[in-house]
Amino acid sequence: MTTPIYLDNNATTRVFPDVVEAMLPYFTEQFGNASSIHAFGSEVGGALRQARRSLQALIGAEFDHEIIFTSGGTESNNTALRSALQVQQGRNEVITSAVEHPAILSLCDWLEKHEGVVVHRIPVDRQGRLDIDAYRAALSDRVAVVSFMWANNETGTIFPVDGLAEMAHAHGALFHTDAVQAVGKVPIDLKTTEIDMLSLSSHKLHGPKGLGALYLRKGTRFRALLRGGHQERGRRAGTENAPAIIGLGRAAELALTSMAEDNLRMAALRDRLEQGLVQQIGHCFVTGDPLDRLPNTTTVAFEFIEGEAILLKLNAAGIAASSGSACTSGSLEPSHVLRAMDIPFTAAHGAIRFSLSRETTEAEIDRVLEVMPDIIAGLRQMSPFWSEEGARPDGFAPAYA
Amino acid sequence: MWDYSDKVKEYFFNPRNAGALVDANAVGEVGSLSCGDALKLMLKVNPATDIIEEAKFQTFGCGSAIASSSALTELIIGKTISEARKLTNQDIADFLDGLPPEKMHCSVMGQEALHAAVAAYTGEALDEDDHEEGALICKCFGVDAGMIERAIRTNKLTTLEMVTFYTKAGGGCNSCREPLEELLADVNKAMVAEGTIAAAEAYVFGSAPKPARKKAQGFVIPDQPPAPKPPAQPSAPVQIAMPTPAPAAVALAEAPVAAPAAASALTPAKEAILVARLIEEMRPTFRADGGDVELVDMEGALVLVSLTGACSGCQLAAQTLGGIQQKISQALGRSVRVMPVAKS
Ligand SMILES: Cc1ncc(COP(=O)(O)O)c(C=O)c1O
Repeated sequence: MTTPIYLDNNATTRVFPDVVEAMLPYFTEQFGNASSIHAFGSEVGGALRQARRSLQALIGAEFDHEIIFTSGGTESNNTALRSALQVQQGRNEVITSAVEHPAILSLCDWLEKHEGVVVHRIPVDRQGRLDIDAYRAALSDRVAVVSFMWANNETGTIFPVDGLAEMAHAHGALFHTDAVQAVGKVPIDLKTTEIDMLSLSSHKLHGPKGLGALYLRKGTRFRALLRGGHQERGRRAGTENAPAIIGLGRAAELALTSMAEDNLRMAALRDRLEQGLVQQIGHCFVTGDPLDRLPNTTTVAFEFIEGEAILLKLNAAGIAASSGSACTSGSLEPSHVLRAMDIPFTAAHGAIRFSLSRETTEAEIDRVLEVMPDIIAGLRQMSPFWSEEGARPDGFAPAYA
Repeated sequence: MWDYSDKVKEYFFNPRNAGALVDANAVGEVGSLSCGDALKLMLKVNPATDIIEEAKFQTFGCGSAIASSSALTELIIGKTISEARKLTNQDIADFLDGLPPEKMHCSVMGQEALHAAVAAYTGEALDEDDHEEGALICKCFGVDAGMIERAIRTNKLTTLEMVTFYTKAGGGCNSCREPLEELLADVNKAMVAEGTIAAAEAYVFGSAPKPARKKAQGFVIPDQPPAPKPPAQPSAPVQIAMPTPAPAAVALAEAPVAAPAAASALTPAKEAILVARLIEEMRPTFRADGGDVELVDMEGALVLVSLTGACSGCQLAAQTLGGIQQKISQALGRSVRVMPVAKS
């Protein structure tokens, strides 16, 4: 078999060799605790400062102390929402969208159910775009915090977060964005926005896993989630994961250096993939907002077949992708994102996400285009919803995408 | 990705009997697009002999759904209708060398399609659809929300402990405790509103005392002859005791302790000792698989045991519990229920 093709970069990315190399000394010689007074610690402290500045540059933060390192996107999201609810006395409502990552949605479910918080989940349209009117209607001076993701992990659809942040501020609400899928993939310049808090995760941009950061705009009131030592200026206790932070710093530098050209190339490859699939295979369509989305992500919904079966066949052909299918998650419901977009069940179950990276090549995309038609045809042959003549006559009419 | 057995992979990648059967005279269709599972089973039954001569399937579903459908056709071809209707979903899972707990519903779908096809052939009415539903709550024993809710409602359950006794949910690694508590609280709340239980009885989220932990009561195991050595384990780590037919390692019928004839006359203490010894003798089998089983307590018809080991083995354990239950019931001469409990 040929070398495996990895097109699941929204799940996680390969740690770049450069990043590994930057990290290694901090496991061995430079193992000191940055808080210590002796020489072992001080060198680590310097490297951490450098990493913080690299990340600051990537997201365009005005000050480096606006960055709080955490254990990942999930912790950043939990910290941000809980802190906002605590500092916004007298406000107990949260606005978010129906298509957020579970790291927001299941937290909101919990807050709603057990902590008396009122949650507004703003719907999206068939292309995954936010219903701004519904957002406007939900805003009031009871809202403590608004949290909208920057880019959707399944469809890549981008929300206009800077505008959304201004709307939140008009009502005195704080604004948080889960930018886990956006950081490193789209230009971000926080100092020119009104965003108060932003979550990011290292392993989505070729850094190590188990590390993330919360951007907290200077002057934004804050309550720590984890209490203990004075690390991160008392905002996130616990000895810093120095090697990982240094790795993320390096990953941020790499992303910033080549983002412009990487994005052009990835978008071209993604378009080639989408067009090839749609042309060769009937009864499938691209989901998400074609005009504003991540350059690396595409989710294509194949009708009348189920996603896990497609993934298993792709895997056998050496191609790694992922699906919004119910079966891979163990529940019977297909992806909440595709359902929120009103994608019919017939197609939502057969949705496959391909997420490219800076390393993806044209040859890899062409290989996918080579194997997909047979995989889809083979599975449709086995499907009770498919007949020799094609879809059942009442098959769907994709009015969207 | 799922941990599928080689047999599941084989039947997914090279399915037998896939496609339409034009001259079928019995067709069963179950599932729906919305739940992501659908199976159309087509049979050609010889009306003179009632023998299923051909079987084909069309499946919309994941890898294990396709493999289960294909396995089903292989299992029933050549059988008579009355033989085929005895087939259970466990037979399909066994044929495939097991399915992940989250995927057991695929084998259930196979069984349902078969029942539907048989009913279509014989012209009988179908039983109500009992397709599993809801999120899978307890991964150890494969118990979903729908089943738990039914148990809570029919038996008016108001404690977590009872939910575990009735459904097994939460009896393994206990990591589903939080969703289980939520579900119990929600269903009880609805039952109060419907007037089926009193508000004072209802379980309120977070109100549970510490998980009811049974302390071992120190059964003394009298001197016993050295436990018969279990035969060398085959290298494959999976597949320990399936309930039927009981493999040699767990087959204790001939073991010196079992004295079924005299059993009915045993005092509770003697029964407990007998049970403790039976379980003691099964431990090597569990340990060979990296797990363990211990007797925790006995109360009437309930035998409480603690199971340890990798949670991935729990499905296996669930099947094995059936085996233990049989052995003990046999030895005591009355039927008992073996329940796993969390051990402190
Ligand atoms: C949009 C989004 N938010 C949050 C997360 C969680 O991040 P982490 O894995 O770092 O906790 C992910 C990763 O899957 C994500 O895609």
